[in-house]
Amino acid sequence: MSEFLQQLVNGVTWGSVYALIALGYTMVYGILRLINFAHGDVYMLGAFFAYYAARAIGAAANPTPALALVVLFAAMLGCGIVGFVIERAAYKPVRRSSRLAALITAIGVSLLLENGGVLLFGASPKFFPQIVREHSYSLGAGVTMTNLQLIILVVSFALMLLLRLIVLHTRVGRAMRAVSHSHTAAALMGISVDRIITFTFVLGSMLAAAAGVLVALQNPKIEPYMGIMPGLKAFVAAVVGGIGNVPGAVLGGLVMGIAEVMVVGYLSPTYRDAIAFVLLIVILLVRPAGILGKNVAEKV
Amino acid sequence: MPAGAPLLSLDRVTMQFGGLKAVAEISLEIAPGELFGLIGPNGAGKTTVFNVITGVYAPTQGRIEFEGRPIQGLKPHAVARRGITRTFQNIRLFGSRCCRDNVCIAAHQHAEAGLFDAVFRTGRFARDEARLMREASELLEVMGLSPWADTLASELPYGQQRRLEIARALAGRPRLLLLDEPAAGLNPQESDQLMHLIEVVRRRFGLTLLLIEHDMRVVMGICRRIAVLDYGVKIAEGTPDQIRTDPKVIEAYLGEEVPADLGAGA
Amino acid sequence: MRHAAWWAGSIAALLALDFALPRLFNPYIVQVVMLCGINVVLAVSLNLINGFTGQFSIGHAGFMAIGGYGSAMITMHAGRPWAAALIAAGVPAALAQAGPLLLGLVGGGLLAAVAGYLVGLPSLRLRGDYLAIVTLGFGEIIRVLILNIDAVGGARGLPGIPGWASFFWVGAGVLAVVMVSRHLAHSTHGRALFAIRDDEVAAEALGVDTTRYKVLAFVIGAFFAGVAGGLFAHYLSYLNPNSFTFLKSIEVIAMVVLGGMGSISGSVLAAILLTLLPEVLRPVKDYRMVLYSLMLIVLMITRPQGLLGSRELTLAMFRRRRAATA
Repeated sequence: MSEFLQQLVNGVTWGSVYALIALGYTMVYGILRLINFAHGDVYMLGAFFAYYAARAIGAAANPTPALALVVLFAAMLGCGIVGFVIERAAYKPVRRSSRLAALITAIGVSLLLENGGVLLFGASPKFFPQIVREHSYSLGAGVTMTNLQLIILVVSFALMLLLRLIVLHTRVGRAMRAVSHSHTAAALMGISVDRIITFTFVLGSMLAAAAGVLVALQNPKIEPYMGIMPGLKAFVAAVVGGIGNVPGAVLGGLVMGIAEVMVVGYLSPTYRDAIAFVLLIVILLVRPAGILGKNVAEKV
Repeated sequence: MPAGAPLLSLDRVTMQFGGLKAVAEISLEIAPGELFGLIGPNGAGKTTVFNVITGVYAPTQGRIEFEGRPIQGLKPHAVARRGITRTFQNIRLFGSRCCRDNVCIAAHQHAEAGLFDAVFRTGRFARDEARLMREASELLEVMGLSPWADTLASELPYGQQRRLEIARALAGRPRLLLLDEPAAGLNPQESDQLMHLIEVVRRRFGLTLLLIEHDMRVVMGICRRIAVLDYGVKIAEGTPDQIRTDPKVIEAYLGEEVPADLGAGA
Repeated sequence: MRHAAWWAGSIAALLALDFALPRLFNPYIVQVVMLCGINVVLAVSLNLINGFTGQFSIGHAGFMAIGGYGSAMITMHAGRPWAAALIAAGVPAALAQAGPLLLGLVGGGLLAAVAGYLVGLPSLRLRGDYLAIVTLGFGEIIRVLILNIDAVGGARGLPGIPGWASFFWVGAGVLAVVMVSRHLAHSTHGRALFAIRDDEVAAEALGVDTTRYKVLAFVIGAFFAGVAGGLFAHYLSYLNPNSFTFLKSIEVIAMVVLGGMGSISGSVLAAILLTLLPEVLRPVKDYRMVLYSLMLIVLMITRPQGLLGSRELTLAMFRRRRAATA
């Protein structure tokens, strides 16, 4: 029983990271009907930006919460800019094109970020500095939790709450929701659709960056291809929860995290990546709209 | 099918989308050879009725019978095979194909050559292709589209696109043809030409027609019987004269104002 | 009669090239030619699914893998003994290998076709992007499965596959896939596929069983991808799951998109170009992938219809130009 609880704790921790990444996918899909393949690579860039920022300000030498937060914000800012550039340079020109063209552009951007990363950072893995000293806490019943896991949980949920605040209680958020319903109607209401789309991208990228930093805290080995698998899994998580649906992304992320940890713990680590695809196939066969999603039929 | 039996009958058909009843308890009977009109304000559910008949949606409730056999819940291609084809309110041509190909595709169910024949180019394939091409050319001729036979459908002028939609629907050799606003966007002269053409086609192919139209001149002019929908409910049914003076119909179209009648002065 | 002459001529030409190629060119060039051929088969087969029918399939490497490993299993366990027996009976080696290799290739193709059916049938009612993700997932699942099955070598790879695939076989594969695609395109079945691409709702309303045809496109496309996998396996004599990653699927997609979705000759052209490209870019090997990804992006922004759009390269085009300059 205690092992199950331990796995649960681990699963929820991982799940909240997937949720952060999944939110970016779901927001972009909701607003553009585009699967942003490059999103996982933005997560990777977040980890790398944080790496270089941490080294630049010497955050590992004297670890303080303030310095760690600076590293986090630096990564989020960097990736926000990356998201801005990607959207303006690559995605905006193909917005009017076919969906397959947009999909291929997204794949191209993903490849560019990965291989550009190899050129810039080198292919060999780097080790993320310890900007937070690790402690373990016992929660009783044989369950332990590290402060890193706690940080991951707290920061993730704080960001998710912030996002919810923005989407539900600000003008920008209202505009985002309007654009995701209909570009034309939103434009007629005086909303600058282009700006909202860019804003959504930037927001999603910042969340992915945060996820990258949080993961790097716990798993310090970072390399340019590290975003592929988590990106794919987070996308599946978004689909499971209902793509385009913000609470759905959180739910899907948690489901994915828990499922993955359970499979690795109780079955075998070799099936770690496969569980994501199994989940995907199951949800698409059973309930394609996702757990919280709504099916929108085409008007004939 | 016994004499006097309707070709198509709808029995209390309801189509519900979530909380919205697009079509509520509609019952209709269409006799063989009729030219039946379906009119009503925008959003009344007319296209939904078409969609339900052709299998795009399975009705939430109710039965639909064609030639005595139930067809509700059948997939659209199965409905087409039973003998019902349609045109679309928003033109849905195969834009990357030429006109002849558009018509050939619609004759799909009448092709005899199978996959093996096609891949290995057997004699049967050659004969079948020749027949399909010939029949397509004939249909294009009837619809006055021969000059555009090799033109891409996306490059046709609007009036010709509307005609191609109908030519395509005819290629399936239907016994019942559903036309969804065939005269939309045409000027009165073009509308008259089209209506004349439809009448010619109807007689030549022995068709029964169900027509959605907004142009009152057209509807009153050629339809023998008309049903009027409003908010998904049938509010009137009868001959053009009856419909023209029915107060419920007038109110549905024009609110509380009561002009002399509808469609007069055509 | 015309057909018989065409068949005989093609086989003769392939045999002649099979003989001449290794003798005229160095092994490196022969290798590039062989890889071009295999990629052409892959691209034209994917074009059936993506180009003709408009379905987003991005897991094509999975079908190739099934064909590769499947054909290898067939030749290694059944083909080799059969060929050995024939050789012992005095049949010349090339001929003795022909039967088993054909069996292996077709068998691999059929296995891949079955996979195409299993993937296609449930997924085809999904919207475009969802179908893309499912096919992506399928490709990855196949790769993970192969990694975990020791009987096919797992992560170590599968060595010792009989290297019987010469230019004749690759050329035959190219001819087969191009012929089938062309004949389909100009038939009622091909027209049904194009109709589904242009407007699925209208196609269905006019009597086309869209599900059946989408599955058909998947099955045929998967079959030839499997054949390409078999050719690949029997040319390299070695298989490794790393050859069948998502990246491989993307490479094939890039070929179809560059050539023009729906254009058979476009796929052929683009497959050749994109096989030659890495060789040409060898001096700047490190930048190859970056340039490749930039190419994809720029292509989609500036010319999403690819080189030929949905048209085919015909002799008429050249005749017209010559007439114009005369």
